[in-house]
Amino acid sequence: MSEQKHTAGAFDVRTIIGGLIGLYGLILLFLGVFHATDAELEKADGMNVNLWAGVIMTVFGIAFLAWARLRPVVVPDDPASTPDPTASADPTTSAGG
Amino acid sequence: MLHAADSTFRLDADFFDYTIIALYFVVVLGIGVLARRQVSSSIDFFLSGRSLPAWVTGLAFISANLGAVEIMGMSANGAQYGIATVHYFWIGAVPAMLFLGVVMMPFYYGSGVRSVPEFMRKRFGTGAHLVNALSFALAQLLIAGINLYLLATIVNRLLGWPLWVSLVVAAAIVLSYTALGGLSAAIYNEVLQFFVIVAALLPLTIVALHKVGGWQGITDRIQPGPEQLSSWPGTDLTGIDDPFWSVVGLVFGLGFVLSFGYWTTNFVEVQRAMASNSVSAARRAPIIGAFPKMFIPFIVIVPGIIAAIVVPELANLKAGSGDSGGATYNDAILLLMRDLLPNGMLGVAIAGLLASFMAGMAANISAFNTVFSYDLWQQYVVKDKEDGYYTAVGRVATVAATLIAIGTAVFASHYDNLMDYLQTLFGFFNAPLFATFILGMFWKRMTAAAGWSGLVAGTGAAVLVAILSEGALGPASIGVIGLSGQGASFVAAGAAFVVDIAVSVVVSTVTRPRVESELRGLVYSLTPKESLVDPDEQALPWFQSPTKLAGIGLVLVVVLNILFW
Repeated sequence: MSEQKHTAGAFDVRTIIGGLIGLYGLILLFLGVFHATDAELEKADGMNVNLWAGVIMTVFGIAFLAWARLRPVVVPDDPASTPDPTASADPTTSAGG
Repeated sequence: MLHAADSTFRLDADFFDYTIIALYFVVVLGIGVLARRQVSSSIDFFLSGRSLPAWVTGLAFISANLGAVEIMGMSANGAQYGIATVHYFWIGAVPAMLFLGVVMMPFYYGSGVRSVPEFMRKRFGTGAHLVNALSFALAQLLIAGINLYLLATIVNRLLGWPLWVSLVVAAAIVLSYTALGGLSAAIYNEVLQFFVIVAALLPLTIVALHKVGGWQGITDRIQPGPEQLSSWPGTDLTGIDDPFWSVVGLVFGLGFVLSFGYWTTNFVEVQRAMASNSVSAARRAPIIGAFPKMFIPFIVIVPGIIAAIVVPELANLKAGSGDSGGATYNDAILLLMRDLLPNGMLGVAIAGLLASFMAGMAANISAFNTVFSYDLWQQYVVKDKEDGYYTAVGRVATVAATLIAIGTAVFASHYDNLMDYLQTLFGFFNAPLFATFILGMFWKRMTAAAGWSGLVAGTGAAVLVAILSEGALGPASIGVIGLSGQGASFVAAGAAFVVDIAVSVVVSTVTRPRVESELRGLVYSLTPKESLVDPDEQALPWFQSPTKLAGIGLVLVVVLNILFW
């Protein structure tokens, strides 16, 4: 088992959150700008829900992606940081069968 | 825009909504596949190598609980009872989460156990351990069934798929990602789910507030009157007419026994914090989770309150006149989505709901998996095999649990009121466990025999109260005591707690206590103070110190209680 460390990269949960919410934001932004029907606007008393939610989600997504990029998480490859007296922890055993 | 009321309302999802929902599931399953590449040993599989940052485990901590009950149940309560529903958060969950972080977590983390039953084995030996592991495994299967049933009914209501198709599809997706990636994927998904749920509910709340005319609009229009915007003494919520006893019921029944019992002994939640990388990070997880938890009522209860004002069917239902179109309070969020959200945002909202329903079930399944393979199989059936063997058993247990959950979902579908059923189950399983824990942790004299006999007697007492009440156990209740719904589950939990303590004390006085040296790290007075904290904890800045954070949380929740008095 190697002791080297690596950054979480695309596996960083912030990348996944930022990516998905940001993508949702772009879709909503598109719908809000090009696809807002009068009936939909009337539903919410004139508020363009898709447009506003889209703007906020896009900004949020970019912020999370930037956070993950600027402050990457370092993951140790060896997970056994705390010895467990009850487990016969054999790090070479592969669980992925 | 008013739709014609019909009993099976549908949300008109279009291409964009389905695209948004599909994107969500692609990401969720993608995380499972990615996570699988990192799975290397069983400790990794079950506890994610204890390498996750505290804010991740903190959010996962509340996300595991932000399931069907939270969203549908609390918005329904908000629509029906108004602001008093906040007690579930500000008297119930938040103080219990702070207590877990400050007092309980060092024991769990410091003793290096994988599960609450394992803690019971170290403290009380195999008798209490076996009773607890079996009842815990059973509880997880029953609760997973409730979550699965709710998930499937929502899918059925939203998309029109037959219930059994919805059940099987929902089960298959939950199974895929827990089995593919283990808890590592579950935690990642839970954190993602938290954000998707907020992205779904926050815009809905804002649009609803806009529609109703802001807080002033609520104050002016809430029915039957402005007393619904006052949280104490909450007589409507408890169903106890006397204000004094209503407050006692809230503080002791809901706040102390049910909530402390749920949050401190429910391994579904504790397991999330155990995935942290140090004891202070483990303690911070529930405390950090308590902060967003405090504000969840604003995006769950407030939309419920507004739904009862602006949705015609619900307004009619609450007024007791006019056509309610077959709607129930449980439909509050769905009806609000139907009336206010355009396509696109509707898809995000549906994805958020599906996410939250899956979160609950996945958490149940992964907790069952851990307890079954380590506490039952390894302890009592096949001992001393290599690590990979038990990981494989865990995978089989995951599949079996999902299949059984389809069965318990069908079972749950026979109950008229799932929320009462769920709370009654918490009374059976969590209240006695909490009593045994607290006593065993602070009273070194408590014996092994007291451990298991207290649990059995406490559970027995709760079951007895539920059977004697009106409808807490559905058709099995015989109605000798005039208590139903919420009141019955509070009393059942209280009875379990009191009987458990009484039996434990009596049995302890007539049996032999364990040698003190065996109880180090398991009993408060016998645990050296330095093993409960990180050596460098004093050097941590205030925003990383568990006790200081908990103090801030406590002040905030008191302020919130006063603001909405």
